[in-house]
Amino acid sequence: MTERKIRVLIAKPGLDGHDRGAKVIARALRDAGMEVIYTGLRQTPEMIAEAALQEDVDAVGISILSGAHMVLVPRVLDLLRANGQDGVRVFVGGIIPENDVPGLIAAGVTAVYGPGTPTTQVVEEITRAVLHPEQA
Amino acid sequence: MTGKQDLVESVLAGKRLPLARLLTLVENDAPEGRAALDQLFTHTGRAHLIGVTGSPGSGKSSLVNQIALALRNPTDGKPARSVAIVAVDPTSPFTGGAVLGDRVRMRDLAGDPGIFIRSMASRGALGGLSRATTGVVQALDAAGFDIVLVETVGAGQSEVDIARLAHTTLVIEAPGMGDDIQAIKAGILEIADILVINKADHPGVDSTVRALRAMLELGHPTHHRAAAGSTAVLWIPPVLQTIATKSEGIGELVDAIYRHAAYLHETGAWQLRDRIRLQSELEQLVQLELTARWQDSVSPELLQATLSMIEARQISPYQAAIQLTHPLPEPHSG
Repeated sequence: MTERKIRVLIAKPGLDGHDRGAKVIARALRDAGMEVIYTGLRQTPEMIAEAALQEDVDAVGISILSGAHMVLVPRVLDLLRANGQDGVRVFVGGIIPENDVPGLIAAGVTAVYGPGTPTTQVVEEITRAVLHPEQA
Repeated sequence: MTGKQDLVESVLAGKRLPLARLLTLVENDAPEGRAALDQLFTHTGRAHLIGVTGSPGSGKSSLVNQIALALRNPTDGKPARSVAIVAVDPTSPFTGGAVLGDRVRMRDLAGDPGIFIRSMASRGALGGLSRATTGVVQALDAAGFDIVLVETVGAGQSEVDIARLAHTTLVIEAPGMGDDIQAIKAGILEIADILVINKADHPGVDSTVRALRAMLELGHPTHHRAAAGSTAVLWIPPVLQTIATKSEGIGELVDAIYRHAAYLHETGAWQLRDRIRLQSELEQLVQLELTARWQDSVSPELLQATLSMIEARQISPYQAAIQLTHPLPEPHSG
């Protein structure tokens, strides 16, 4: 009776106070049958990595609108690796300039989603990355 | 899975990632999780298990946050306790998904190595916990946490499973919850060892206190009486007021928790509750095991044929159930 559920942490680092996008994604992932751990606003990279560890998540979604993504996202990735969670897939959503995307991917982010990305695409890609990491 | 033994030893050594992985295995009812729990079981029975239940929006998560903070930073010379928190939120019955949001109220606890927070989805169970909660609590107990706080799904009148799991059950209410009749209905108020009226700065707090006190004076819940056994001492649940968002009333609440633990030890009720918990766990597991064996043993054809007979009103469902389960299937060899 083993039941595998995809567990995703949705985190909102930095100082901007808009979490509507994060909530929309949390809701879409829930409707796709995932278990979404929602941590609220103003999380530090340390808080995000700690929650990812305690919750043993498969993926972390980071929503960021403040422009600090090139600092905060690599820090989260480093902390996940330091904790032994290399296998956790990291997704970034929010206002990310096109020029920054290759850098984030190179740092280890699986995908970056801008405003207007259909939630179905996000659901599909997270599911694929978690269940079939070799294809992602 | 390499090294089942490694997993058990890492958990006993207090390593956090192996503990988190074990909790996932237990939640998924994976064979490795069961095997690890079998080995860890001898290390359980030390933690004080505290249940926190109450209606949605009464402030359970905020209170759990405050209680954990107070247990970590005692002001009265008591030693700091290590605290594990299990927070259960509901699974959607339609999609099987869940948004687990209790950590939002627990951000004060971040960065403390003496705290471990795990969110769980109820996954279809109805008693306010999930089926795997017992196993998850055992793993945290074996990992050496002094106190395990279990926050239930926002509960109404029948989500009382927590009282069987916990040594001490806190029932959280907010002011304006209804009239005296609500307070004398059976159910969630009966399981309280400590009644907490949170949001005590909201209007209606006096009448809520009055209603709850009146309920308590009408008679004490039977399990308190049974728990007291032959001793004359009776635990009367205190009615406390807190404002979790302003950290008010938390000292008194933590004192009451310690007083209740002392009461349980002095009267022998601690062992009694332990026994009741283990008995209910055993019964539950036997039921699951027997059902699984029965499902393995009965052929789909026989099931369909029997169903058709019921449909044709040739036998009653009750008769059919007796026929299908008699004799009880033998256990699998090996």
